[in-house]
Amino acid sequence: MAGAGGGNSDVQWCFSQVKGAIDDDVAEADIISTVEFNHSGELLATGDKGGRVVIFQQEPESKNQPQCRGEYNVYSTFQSHEPEFDYLKSLEIEEKINKIRWLPQKNAAQFLLSTNDKTIKLWKISERDKRPEGYNLKEEDGRYRDLNTVTTLRVPVFRPMDLMVEASPRRVFSNAHTYHINSISVNSDCETYLSADDLRINLWNLEINDRSFNIVDIKPTNMEELTEVITAAEFHPNQCNTFVYSSSKGTIRLCDMRASALCDQHAKQFEEPEDPNNRSFFSEIISSISDVKFSHSGRYMMTRDYLSVKIWDLNMESRPVETYQVGNCCCADKSSLYENDCIFDKFECCWNGNDSVVMTGSYNNFFRMFDRGYRQDVTLEASRENSKPRSVLKPRKVSTGGKRKKDEISVDSLDFNKKILHTAWHPLDNIIAVATTNNLYIFQEKLN
Amino acid sequence: MIATTAMEVNAEARRILAVSISKLYASRSQRGGLRLHRSLLLSLVMRSARDIYHSSREIEMPCAAQPTPEPMETSSSSPAGEQIVPESQPELQTSEESESGDEGCEEGDITEDKENMSPTKQSRKRRGKAAAAPDFLPIKRARLEPGEERHAAPHCRGAESLSALSLNLNRAIAAF
Repeated sequence: MAGAGGGNSDVQWCFSQVKGAIDDDVAEADIISTVEFNHSGELLATGDKGGRVVIFQQEPESKNQPQCRGEYNVYSTFQSHEPEFDYLKSLEIEEKINKIRWLPQKNAAQFLLSTNDKTIKLWKISERDKRPEGYNLKEEDGRYRDLNTVTTLRVPVFRPMDLMVEASPRRVFSNAHTYHINSISVNSDCETYLSADDLRINLWNLEINDRSFNIVDIKPTNMEELTEVITAAEFHPNQCNTFVYSSSKGTIRLCDMRASALCDQHAKQFEEPEDPNNRSFFSEIISSISDVKFSHSGRYMMTRDYLSVKIWDLNMESRPVETYQVGNCCCADKSSLYENDCIFDKFECCWNGNDSVVMTGSYNNFFRMFDRGYRQDVTLEASRENSKPRSVLKPRKVSTGGKRKKDEISVDSLDFNKKILHTAWHPLDNIIAVATTNNLYIFQEKLN
Repeated sequence: MIATTAMEVNAEARRILAVSISKLYASRSQRGGLRLHRSLLLSLVMRSARDIYHSSREIEMPCAAQPTPEPMETSSSSPAGEQIVPESQPELQTSEESESGDEGCEEGDITEDKENMSPTKQSRKRRGKAAAAPDFLPIKRARLEPGEERHAAPHCRGAESLSALSLNLNRAIAAF
């Protein structure tokens, strides 16, 4: 099938834009570490290993080209986090942005939360397109006027100026995490948010930065008894009392904050029994969940482990309702994936706007989409070779058996250094943002 | 036929153990400090490999026969089965976070008991090259903490010092 999306099996994807340097020599600071659309889809934020946040804004649809949705252009760039040094533990704290989450828009300004391993920051992004002119005591360039020359009185007026986008840190939430922060999630009440590290989850009020409440603590009294860590956490999209967290053992726990202050006792535990036939040295690593995302409806949640994407119905804990194999690496030798560290890669996943299609990244700059309704899946590639404007993406196929068909790629020729870990889907339209190592690709649905 | 397979499994287990140990060493110098999740996964792989290695050695060497084969379910190993002497010192002095130290139950094996002996009873003498760890391990050995001993190598020397090393690495304790 040509494509998958939006409940219609005929969706085709075409290249729209690519952002980032072209040369193969990738500076480590430019490696993209997170991608997130805001709630309207007008803004697209990326974070990188160098601690920078770049926000792209969609141009309004042009009347001349109704077939084409607006392009995304740079709106604001700022340094969110800097490298720090923890003197007590003699450790460097990386400035890499682990996650960005947008707040729902309440006024003219936009707000987002960005986090590195230890500190979360609330940023306000505001526009300034007017400036006051005609001061009585100051010249236009700011120098004070000689008071003797002031003979008249006038009221300063606002005059238009070139648009300036300012990003300012409004809150810094620090010193609340002993371990490395892996997730942040804004609550539907728009007042609180959670932050999760390997062993604990804290609840914050967006207005209060010197205090947080610990709501989950899985640290054992004796660290020698540690068997699992928290890998991701998210608030329910509609129920402000509910959140989930996933673990390195492949379980997901749903917690209700109304039950108690400390949610160590889960309300529900989602776990699929392990198939004993698939046991290997690396079973624990492969079953570790790297991402968990609620559907927009709140009825389902999706988890990503190394080999598959699973959809869970919140009403059924015993097993997922749908499982999709990502492939591309299940045929590869697991011990070589272990040696080159690929087996530790943490892939994210995302839903489309109406929860009918899910998407996740893979190796060789491939990404996969699974249409839940039509039971179809497609593999597409993000590469500069397919980057002619509005060129339709051709589905890719990886040959698993010995006989390789034309246009198929053999597992041996997959480039495991080219991985797509971060993807995002526009909340309303069929527009997707896919991050390769240091480039951001934007693809759109082909409109006739 | 079975012996050959056991040998292959043995070799694979040793290789994976060696790779895991060098990864653990490498992660100590990583920017941002030790990652707890990664360290935990590495130690789980090491434990699996070590268990397989011992099981396959028992097939090869009847002198170290174990009554019941060890289960592969590393996730089910419980703190109740902990045989390791708790007073062993933390080895990785720069580690911020702990590794999984839950080694699981290893009863009924003479060689395992020697492994579990209190380190303070061992001699502090460094062994000669002949008794040193197998050559596939990294050349640099972990620094001993004051008071910590190297485990004595019993008759199955190569295997036990390898296991002891992986045990010690699993036991790094958080600074707080």
